[in-house]
Amino acid sequence: MAAMKDTIKVTIIDRQGAAHQLDAPTDMNMNIMEICKAYELPVEGTCGGMALCASCQVYLESDTMLPEQSDSELAMLDQAFHVKENSRLGCQIRIREEIDGIILRLAPKT
Amino acid sequence: MIETDILIIGAGPVGLFTVFEAGLLKLRCHLIDSLPLPGGQLIEIYPKKPIYDIPGYPIVNAGELVDKLMEQNAVFKPAFTLGESAVSLEETDGKFIVTTNKGTQHKAPVVIIAGGLGVFEPRKPPIENLDKFEDKGVEYIIRDPEFYKGKRVVISGGGDSALDWTIYLMEHHIVSELSLVHRRTSFRGHLDSVQKVMDLANSGKIKLITEAEVVGINPDAKGHLGAVVIRHSNLGDRVQETDHFIPLFGLTPSLGPIADWGLDIEKNAVKVNTVDYSTNRQGVYAVGDINTYPGKLKLILCGFHEGTLAVQSAFARIHPNKKNVLKYTTVNGVSGF
Repeated sequence: MAAMKDTIKVTIIDRQGAAHQLDAPTDMNMNIMEICKAYELPVEGTCGGMALCASCQVYLESDTMLPEQSDSELAMLDQAFHVKENSRLGCQIRIREEIDGIILRLAPKT
Repeated sequence: MIETDILIIGAGPVGLFTVFEAGLLKLRCHLIDSLPLPGGQLIEIYPKKPIYDIPGYPIVNAGELVDKLMEQNAVFKPAFTLGESAVSLEETDGKFIVTTNKGTQHKAPVVIIAGGLGVFEPRKPPIENLDKFEDKGVEYIIRDPEFYKGKRVVISGGGDSALDWTIYLMEHHIVSELSLVHRRTSFRGHLDSVQKVMDLANSGKIKLITEAEVVGINPDAKGHLGAVVIRHSNLGDRVQETDHFIPLFGLTPSLGPIADWGLDIEKNAVKVNTVDYSTNRQGVYAVGDINTYPGKLKLILCGFHEGTLAVQSAFARIHPNKKNVLKYTTVNGVSGF
Protein backbone atom coordinates (compact mmCIF):
# COMPACT_ATOMS: atom_id res chain seq x y z
CA MET A 1 0.00 0.00 0.00
CA ALA A 2 1.29 3.43 -0.91
CA ALA A 3 2.14 5.70 1.96
CA MET A 4 -0.45 8.33 2.84
CA LYS A 5 0.37 11.69 1.36
CA ASP A 6 0.39 14.41 3.97
CA THR A 7 0.46 17.19 1.40
CA ILE A 8 -1.39 17.43 -1.89
CA LYS A 9 -1.24 19.85 -4.82
CA VAL A 10 -4.16 22.16 -5.41
CA THR A 11 -4.29 24.57 -8.34
CA ILE A 12 -6.39 27.69 -7.97
CA ILE A 13 -6.95 29.92 -11.00
CA ASP A 14 -7.67 33.43 -9.77
CA ARG A 15 -10.06 35.97 -11.31
CA GLN A 16 -7.28 37.40 -13.49
CA GLY A 17 -6.56 33.94 -14.90
CA ALA A 18 -3.30 33.33 -13.02
CA ALA A 19 -2.79 29.79 -11.73
CA HIS A 20 -1.55 29.32 -8.16
CA GLN A 21 -0.04 25.99 -7.11
CA LEU A 22 -0.79 25.42 -3.45
CA ASP A 23 0.60 22.79 -1.10
CA ALA A 24 -2.29 21.69 1.03
CA PRO A 25 -1.90 19.56 4.16
CA THR A 26 -4.29 16.61 4.38
CA ASP A 27 -4.05 16.26 8.16
CA MET A 28 -5.35 19.67 9.24
CA ASN A 29 -9.06 19.08 8.52
CA MET A 30 -8.98 21.94 6.01
CA ASN A 31 -11.14 22.75 3.02
CA ILE A 32 -10.51 24.60 -0.24
CA MET A 33 -11.88 27.91 1.08
CA GLU A 34 -9.53 27.73 4.05
CA ILE A 35 -6.43 26.81 2.05
CA CYS A 36 -7.16 29.76 -0.29
CA LYS A 37 -7.36 32.10 2.70
CA ALA A 38 -4.18 30.62 4.17
CA TYR A 39 -2.41 31.54 0.91
CA GLU A 40 -4.10 34.97 0.96
CA LEU A 41 -5.96 34.38 -2.27
CA PRO A 42 -9.01 36.65 -2.67
CA VAL A 43 -11.63 34.34 -1.16
CA GLU A 44 -13.91 35.86 1.46
CA GLY A 45 -15.36 32.84 3.24
CA THR A 46 -17.75 35.22 4.97
CA CYS A 47 -19.82 32.58 6.76
CA GLY A 48 -16.75 30.71 7.96
CA GLY A 49 -17.44 27.56 5.97
CA MET A 50 -21.05 26.68 6.71
CA ALA A 51 -22.23 26.72 3.08
CA LEU A 52 -24.20 29.83 3.90
CA CYS A 53 -22.73 32.62 1.79
CA ALA A 54 -21.32 31.33 -1.52
CA SER A 55 -18.40 33.74 -1.37
CA CYS A 56 -16.08 30.76 -1.94
CA GLN A 57 -17.77 29.55 -5.13
CA VAL A 58 -15.34 27.81 -7.50
CA TYR A 59 -15.60 25.98 -10.81
CA LEU A 60 -14.17 22.47 -10.96
CA GLU A 61 -11.89 22.36 -13.98
CA SER A 62 -10.18 19.00 -13.54
CA ASP A 63 -11.83 15.58 -13.77
CA THR A 64 -11.32 15.04 -10.05
CA MET A 65 -14.06 12.91 -8.52
CA LEU A 66 -15.71 14.76 -5.67
CA PRO A 67 -18.35 13.49 -3.26
CA GLU A 68 -21.94 14.43 -4.10
CA GLN A 69 -23.02 17.90 -3.07
CA SER A 70 -25.02 18.15 0.13
CA ASP A 71 -28.50 19.65 0.21
CA SER A 72 -27.21 22.69 2.03
CA GLU A 73 -24.56 23.31 -0.63
CA LEU A 74 -27.11 23.00 -3.44
CA ALA A 75 -29.53 25.25 -1.58
CA MET A 76 -26.87 27.91 -1.19
CA LEU A 77 -25.90 27.71 -4.86
CA ASP A 78 -29.58 28.34 -5.65
CA GLN A 79 -29.16 31.76 -4.03
CA ALA A 80 -25.83 32.51 -5.67
CA PHE A 81 -24.94 34.06 -9.02
CA HIS A 82 -22.65 33.00 -11.89
CA VAL A 83 -23.56 29.40 -11.07
CA LYS A 84 -22.59 26.77 -13.64
CA GLU A 85 -22.84 22.98 -13.92
CA ASN A 86 -19.37 22.65 -12.38
CA SER A 87 -19.96 25.14 -9.55
CA ARG A 88 -18.91 24.08 -6.06
CA LEU A 89 -18.51 25.80 -2.73
CA GLY A 90 -14.85 25.72 -1.79
CA CYS A 91 -15.70 25.33 1.88
CA GLN A 92 -17.44 22.02 1.16
CA ILE A 93 -14.44 20.43 -0.58
CA ARG A 94 -12.24 18.75 2.00
CA ILE A 95 -8.48 18.56 1.47
CA ARG A 96 -8.02 14.80 1.10
CA GLU A 97 -5.50 12.67 -0.72
CA GLU A 98 -8.17 11.68 -3.27
CA ILE A 99 -8.33 15.21 -4.69
CA ASP A 100 -4.58 15.58 -5.28
CA GLY A 101 -4.05 17.61 -8.47
CA ILE A 102 -7.48 19.26 -8.40
CA ILE A 103 -7.86 22.42 -10.50
CA LEU A 104 -10.38 25.03 -9.46
CA ARG A 105 -11.23 28.47 -10.81
CA LEU A 106 -12.54 31.22 -8.54
CA ALA A 107 -16.05 32.40 -9.51
CA PRO A 108 -16.56 36.15 -10.01
CA LYS A 109 -17.19 38.25 -6.95
CA THR A 110 -20.74 39.47 -6.44
CA MET B 1 -32.61 62.03 20.76
CA ILE B 2 -31.67 58.85 22.60
CA GLU B 3 -28.85 59.46 25.10
CA THR B 4 -26.66 56.86 26.76
CA ASP B 5 -23.13 56.26 28.02
CA ILE B 6 -22.01 53.78 25.39
CA LEU B 7 -23.59 53.38 22.02
CA ILE B 8 -22.94 49.92 20.64
CA ILE B 9 -23.36 49.42 16.93
CA GLY B 10 -24.24 45.79 16.37
CA ALA B 11 -26.27 43.55 18.67
CA GLY B 12 -24.41 40.32 17.99
CA PRO B 13 -22.84 38.21 20.74
CA VAL B 14 -19.91 40.58 21.28
CA GLY B 15 -22.12 43.69 21.49
CA LEU B 16 -24.43 41.87 23.91
CA PHE B 17 -21.61 40.80 26.21
CA THR B 18 -20.05 44.27 26.08
CA VAL B 19 -23.30 45.53 27.68
CA PHE B 20 -22.60 43.27 30.65
CA GLU B 21 -19.00 44.38 31.08
CA ALA B 22 -20.03 48.03 30.75
CA GLY B 23 -22.77 47.49 33.33
CA LEU B 24 -20.23 46.25 35.85
CA LEU B 25 -18.64 49.70 35.51
CA LYS B 26 -22.07 51.33 35.88
CA LEU B 27 -22.11 52.44 32.27
CA ARG B 28 -25.40 52.18 30.39
CA CYS B 29 -25.60 50.91 26.83
CA HIS B 30 -27.88 51.32 23.85
CA LEU B 31 -27.51 49.03 20.84
CA ILE B 32 -28.35 49.65 17.19
CA ASP B 33 -28.77 46.78 14.75
CA SER B 34 -30.02 46.58 11.18
CA LEU B 35 -31.64 43.22 11.88
CA PRO B 36 -35.04 43.06 13.60
CA LEU B 37 -33.75 40.87 16.47
CA PRO B 38 -30.60 40.82 18.61
CA GLY B 39 -28.04 38.11 17.87
CA GLY B 40 -26.36 39.20 14.64
CA GLN B 41 -25.08 36.43 12.42
CA LEU B 42 -25.84 33.84 15.12
CA ILE B 43 -29.53 34.51 14.53
CA GLU B 44 -29.49 35.60 10.91
CA ILE B 45 -27.10 33.00 9.50
CA TYR B 46 -26.85 29.99 11.78
CA PRO B 47 -29.30 29.92 14.72
CA LYS B 48 -29.42 26.10 14.82
CA LYS B 49 -25.69 25.49 14.45
CA PRO B 50 -23.69 24.23 17.41
CA ILE B 51 -20.71 26.19 18.75
CA TYR B 52 -18.02 24.22 20.60
CA ASP B 53 -15.51 26.85 21.66
CA ILE B 54 -17.34 28.98 24.20
CA PRO B 55 -15.52 28.39 27.50
CA GLY B 56 -17.62 26.34 29.89
CA TYR B 57 -20.09 25.28 27.20
CA PRO B 58 -18.98 21.99 25.60
CA ILE B 59 -21.71 22.63 23.03
CA VAL B 60 -24.21 25.44 22.64
CA ASN B 61 -26.53 26.31 19.75
CA ALA B 62 -25.97 29.79 18.35
CA GLY B 63 -29.55 30.82 19.11
CA GLU B 64 -29.27 29.52 22.66
CA LEU B 65 -26.04 31.45 23.24
CA VAL B 66 -27.83 34.65 22.22
CA ASP B 67 -30.66 33.87 24.66
CA LYS B 68 -28.11 33.33 27.43
CA LEU B 69 -26.27 36.56 26.64
CA MET B 70 -29.58 38.46 26.74
CA GLU B 71 -30.38 36.82 30.07
CA GLN B 72 -26.94 37.74 31.40
CA ASN B 73 -27.06 41.41 30.38
CA ALA B 74 -30.75 41.94 31.28
CA VAL B 75 -29.75 43.19 34.74
CA PHE B 76 -28.14 46.20 33.04
CA LYS B 77 -31.27 46.98 31.01
CA PRO B 78 -29.80 47.55 27.57
CA ALA B 79 -32.00 49.50 25.16
CA PHE B 80 -32.22 48.74 21.45
CA THR B 81 -32.86 50.41 18.14
CA LEU B 82 -33.55 47.38 15.95
CA GLY B 83 -34.29 47.08 12.26
CA GLU B 84 -32.36 50.28 11.60
CA SER B 85 -28.81 50.64 10.42
CA ALA B 86 -26.38 53.25 11.68
CA VAL B 87 -25.65 55.56 8.80
CA SER B 88 -23.71 58.58 10.06
CA LEU B 89 -21.35 59.41 12.91
CA GLU B 90 -20.90 63.04 13.86
CA GLU B 91 -19.00 64.58 16.74
CA THR B 92 -20.07 67.68 18.71
CA ASP B 93 -18.76 68.87 22.08
CA GLY B 94 -16.96 65.63 22.78
CA LYS B 95 -20.05 63.52 22.13
CA PHE B 96 -21.03 61.45 19.16
CA ILE B 97 -24.33 61.55 17.35
CA VAL B 98 -25.20 58.44 15.39
CA THR B 99 -28.16 58.63 13.02
CA THR B 100 -29.88 55.62 11.49
CA ASN B 101 -31.31 55.14 8.02
CA LYS B 102 -34.73 55.89 9.51
CA GLY B 103 -33.53 59.13 11.09
CA THR B 104 -33.36 57.95 14.72
CA GLN B 105 -30.65 59.91 16.53
CA HIS B 106 -28.46 58.63 19.36
CA LYS B 107 -25.99 60.58 21.47
CA ALA B 108 -23.16 59.17 23.58
CA PRO B 109 -19.61 60.04 24.63
CA VAL B 110 -18.40 56.62 23.48
CA VAL B 111 -19.24 54.51 20.44
CA ILE B 112 -18.27 50.85 20.28
CA ILE B 113 -18.60 49.30 16.86
CA ALA B 114 -19.41 45.62 17.24
CA GLY B 115 -20.66 45.35 13.69
CA GLY B 116 -19.52 41.80 12.92
CA LEU B 117 -19.71 41.19 9.21
CA GLY B 118 -21.33 44.57 8.65
CA VAL B 119 -24.84 45.37 7.54
CA PHE B 120 -26.96 42.62 6.05
CA GLU B 121 -28.13 43.74 2.65
CA PRO B 122 -30.07 41.95 -0.09
CA ARG B 123 -27.89 39.98 -2.48
CA LYS B 124 -28.14 41.74 -5.83
CA PRO B 125 -27.91 39.76 -9.06
CA PRO B 126 -25.13 40.84 -11.45
CA ILE B 127 -27.36 42.50 -14.05
CA GLU B 128 -26.03 45.50 -15.90
CA ASN B 129 -27.55 48.83 -14.78
CA LEU B 130 -29.76 47.07 -12.22
CA ASP B 131 -28.98 49.77 -9.64
CA LYS B 132 -30.33 52.47 -11.98
CA PHE B 133 -33.79 50.93 -11.68
CA GLU B 134 -33.85 50.64 -7.91
CA ASP B 135 -37.12 52.19 -6.67
CA LYS B 136 -38.09 52.52 -10.34
CA GLY B 137 -39.58 49.06 -10.55
CA VAL B 138 -36.76 47.01 -9.03
CA GLU B 139 -37.04 46.11 -5.34
CA TYR B 140 -35.02 43.58 -3.35
CA ILE B 141 -37.33 43.46 -0.36
CA ILE B 142 -41.12 43.39 -0.27
CA ARG B 143 -41.99 45.93 2.40
CA ASP B 144 -45.68 46.38 1.70
CA PRO B 145 -47.36 43.75 -0.48
CA GLU B 146 -50.23 46.17 -1.29
CA PHE B 147 -47.67 48.24 -3.20
CA TYR B 148 -47.98 45.62 -5.95
CA LYS B 149 -51.79 45.82 -6.19
CA GLY B 150 -52.88 45.12 -9.76
CA LYS B 151 -49.30 45.11 -11.04
CA ARG B 152 -47.35 42.70 -13.21
CA VAL B 153 -44.48 41.23 -11.21
CA VAL B 154 -41.45 39.11 -12.02
CA ILE B 155 -39.81 37.41 -9.03
CA SER B 156 -36.50 35.62 -9.38
CA GLY B 157 -34.91 33.22 -6.92
CA GLY B 158 -35.41 29.67 -5.73
CA GLY B 159 -35.30 29.95 -1.96
CA ASP B 160 -38.02 30.20 0.64
CA SER B 161 -38.57 33.95 0.33
CA ALA B 162 -39.15 33.70 -3.44
CA LEU B 163 -41.64 30.86 -2.88
CA ASP B 164 -43.37 32.43 0.11
CA TRP B 165 -43.90 35.79 -1.58
CA THR B 166 -45.14 34.13 -4.76
CA ILE B 167 -47.74 32.29 -2.73
CA TYR B 168 -48.68 35.35 -0.66
CA LEU B 169 -49.10 37.68 -3.63
CA MET B 170 -51.28 35.13 -5.42
CA GLU B 171 -53.37 33.90 -2.49
CA HIS B 172 -54.25 37.46 -1.51
CA HIS B 173 -55.10 38.31 -5.13
CA ILE B 174 -52.74 41.27 -5.05
CA VAL B 175 -50.88 41.17 -8.35
CA SER B 176 -52.41 40.99 -11.81
CA GLU B 177 -49.71 38.73 -13.20
CA LEU B 178 -46.77 36.91 -11.65
CA SER B 179 -43.80 35.12 -13.16
CA LEU B 180 -41.30 33.20 -11.07
CA VAL B 181 -37.89 32.73 -12.66
CA HIS B 182 -35.54 30.12 -11.24
CA ARG B 183 -32.19 28.82 -12.44
CA ARG B 184 -33.00 25.18 -11.89
CA THR B 185 -36.07 22.95 -12.32
CA SER B 186 -36.40 22.01 -8.66
CA PHE B 187 -36.79 24.16 -5.57
CA ARG B 188 -35.23 23.69 -2.18
CA GLY B 189 -37.75 25.53 -0.05
CA HIS B 190 -40.17 23.96 2.42
CA LEU B 191 -41.97 21.07 0.78
CA ASP B 192 -45.46 22.48 1.21
CA SER B 193 -44.36 25.83 -0.27
CA VAL B 194 -42.85 24.04 -3.25
CA GLN B 195 -46.09 22.09 -3.72
CA LYS B 196 -48.21 25.24 -3.56
CA VAL B 197 -46.05 26.98 -6.16
CA MET B 198 -46.23 23.92 -8.43
CA ASP B 199 -50.02 23.91 -8.05
CA LEU B 200 -50.19 27.60 -8.94
CA ALA B 201 -48.06 26.92 -12.01
CA ASN B 202 -50.02 23.84 -13.10
CA SER B 203 -53.32 25.68 -12.83
CA GLY B 204 -51.90 28.50 -14.95
CA LYS B 205 -52.20 31.13 -12.23
CA ILE B 206 -48.50 31.95 -12.31
CA LYS B 207 -45.93 31.63 -15.03
CA LEU B 208 -43.12 29.41 -13.75
CA ILE B 209 -39.97 29.84 -15.80
CA THR B 210 -37.25 27.40 -14.76
CA GLU B 211 -33.74 26.80 -16.08
CA ALA B 212 -33.70 30.52 -16.67
CA GLU B 213 -32.27 33.72 -15.28
CA VAL B 214 -33.10 37.38 -15.61
CA VAL B 215 -30.06 38.82 -17.41
CA GLY B 216 -31.14 42.27 -18.51
CA ILE B 217 -33.45 45.21 -17.87
CA ASN B 218 -35.16 47.36 -20.49
CA PRO B 219 -36.51 50.79 -19.55
CA ASP B 220 -39.92 52.16 -20.45
CA ALA B 221 -40.44 55.61 -21.97
CA LYS B 222 -40.10 57.30 -18.57
CA GLY B 223 -36.87 55.53 -17.67
CA HIS B 224 -38.64 53.18 -15.28
CA LEU B 225 -38.46 49.42 -15.54
CA GLY B 226 -40.33 48.35 -18.68
CA ALA B 227 -39.29 44.77 -19.26
CA VAL B 228 -36.84 42.13 -18.18
CA VAL B 229 -34.73 39.93 -20.42
CA ILE B 230 -35.07 36.30 -19.39
CA ARG B 231 -32.39 33.92 -20.61
CA HIS B 232 -33.45 30.29 -20.81
CA SER B 233 -30.63 27.77 -20.83
CA ASN B 234 -31.93 26.08 -24.02
CA LEU B 235 -34.43 28.51 -25.53
CA GLY B 236 -32.33 31.66 -25.48
CA ASP B 237 -33.40 35.19 -24.60
CA ARG B 238 -36.94 36.48 -24.34
CA VAL B 239 -38.17 39.92 -23.33
CA GLN B 240 -41.04 40.08 -20.89
CA GLU B 241 -42.87 43.28 -20.05
CA THR B 242 -43.40 43.88 -16.35
CA ASP B 243 -44.07 46.62 -13.82
CA HIS B 244 -41.83 45.20 -11.11
CA PHE B 245 -38.81 42.95 -10.90
CA ILE B 246 -38.10 41.52 -7.44
CA PRO B 247 -34.87 39.51 -7.13
CA LEU B 248 -35.03 37.51 -3.87
CA PHE B 249 -31.65 35.92 -3.22
CA GLY B 250 -31.27 36.29 0.52
CA LEU B 251 -29.05 38.65 2.46
CA THR B 252 -25.32 39.20 2.40
CA PRO B 253 -23.21 41.31 4.75
CA SER B 254 -21.15 44.32 3.72
CA LEU B 255 -19.17 46.87 5.74
CA GLY B 256 -21.70 49.55 4.78
CA PRO B 257 -21.61 53.21 5.89
CA ILE B 258 -18.97 52.52 8.60
CA ALA B 259 -16.45 52.66 5.77
CA ASP B 260 -17.12 56.42 5.50
CA TRP B 261 -16.68 57.33 9.17
CA GLY B 262 -13.08 58.41 8.91
CA LEU B 263 -11.78 55.20 10.46
CA ASP B 264 -8.64 53.42 9.32
CA ILE B 265 -9.85 50.45 7.30
CA GLU B 266 -7.75 47.47 6.28
CA LYS B 267 -9.00 44.36 4.50
CA ASN B 268 -12.62 45.40 4.99
CA ALA B 269 -12.14 45.71 8.77
CA VAL B 270 -11.50 48.55 11.23
CA LYS B 271 -7.92 48.87 12.48
CA VAL B 272 -7.62 49.03 16.25
CA ASN B 273 -4.97 49.43 18.93
CA THR B 274 -4.90 46.24 21.00
CA VAL B 275 -4.25 48.17 24.21
CA ASP B 276 -7.95 49.02 24.38
CA TYR B 277 -9.40 48.24 20.92
CA SER B 278 -9.66 51.93 20.16
CA THR B 279 -9.78 53.12 16.56
CA ASN B 280 -7.95 56.13 15.15
CA ARG B 281 -10.92 58.28 16.30
CA GLN B 282 -10.80 58.99 20.02
CA GLY B 283 -13.89 57.65 21.73
CA VAL B 284 -14.67 55.18 18.96
CA TYR B 285 -13.78 51.54 19.58
CA ALA B 286 -14.21 48.43 17.40
CA VAL B 287 -14.60 44.92 18.79
CA GLY B 288 -15.37 41.47 17.41
CA ASP B 289 -15.29 40.39 13.78
CA ILE B 290 -15.34 43.96 12.46
CA ASN B 291 -11.88 44.87 13.75
CA THR B 292 -8.41 43.87 12.68
CA TYR B 293 -4.99 43.88 14.31
CA PRO B 294 -1.85 41.75 14.07
CA GLY B 295 -2.81 38.24 15.17
CA LYS B 296 -6.56 38.85 14.93
CA LEU B 297 -8.75 35.78 15.19
CA LYS B 298 -12.42 36.07 14.32
CA LEU B 299 -13.76 34.19 17.31
CA ILE B 300 -16.65 35.07 19.61
CA LEU B 301 -14.31 34.26 22.48
CA CYS B 302 -11.81 36.91 21.38
CA GLY B 303 -14.59 39.46 20.87
CA PHE B 304 -15.67 39.02 24.51
CA HIS B 305 -12.13 39.88 25.62
CA GLU B 306 -11.95 42.87 23.28
CA GLY B 307 -15.25 44.31 24.53
CA THR B 308 -14.12 43.88 28.14
CA LEU B 309 -10.95 45.89 27.60
CA ALA B 310 -12.72 48.51 25.48
CA VAL B 311 -15.22 49.41 28.25
CA GLN B 312 -12.39 49.91 30.76
CA SER B 313 -10.90 52.49 28.40
CA ALA B 314 -14.37 53.94 27.77
CA PHE B 315 -14.82 54.44 31.52
CA ALA B 316 -11.64 56.52 31.68
CA ARG B 317 -12.92 58.68 28.83
CA ILE B 318 -16.37 59.14 30.34
CA HIS B 319 -15.13 59.72 33.92
CA PRO B 320 -11.60 61.11 33.51
CA ASN B 321 -11.25 62.04 37.20
CA LYS B 322 -12.92 59.02 38.77
CA LYS B 323 -10.89 56.18 40.21
CA ASN B 324 -11.83 52.71 39.12
CA VAL B 325 -10.52 49.28 39.99
CA LEU B 326 -11.25 45.85 38.56
CA LYS B 327 -13.90 44.14 40.66
CA TYR B 328 -14.66 40.47 40.71
CA THR B 329 -18.29 39.43 40.32
CA THR B 330 -17.55 36.56 42.69
CA VAL B 331 -16.77 39.03 45.45
CA ASN B 332 -19.25 41.78 44.71
CA GLY B 333 -22.02 40.06 42.83
CA VAL B 334 -23.83 41.98 40.12
CA SER B 335 -25.98 44.97 40.98
CA GLY B 336 -28.05 46.15 38.07
CA PHE B 337 -29.68 49.40 37.16
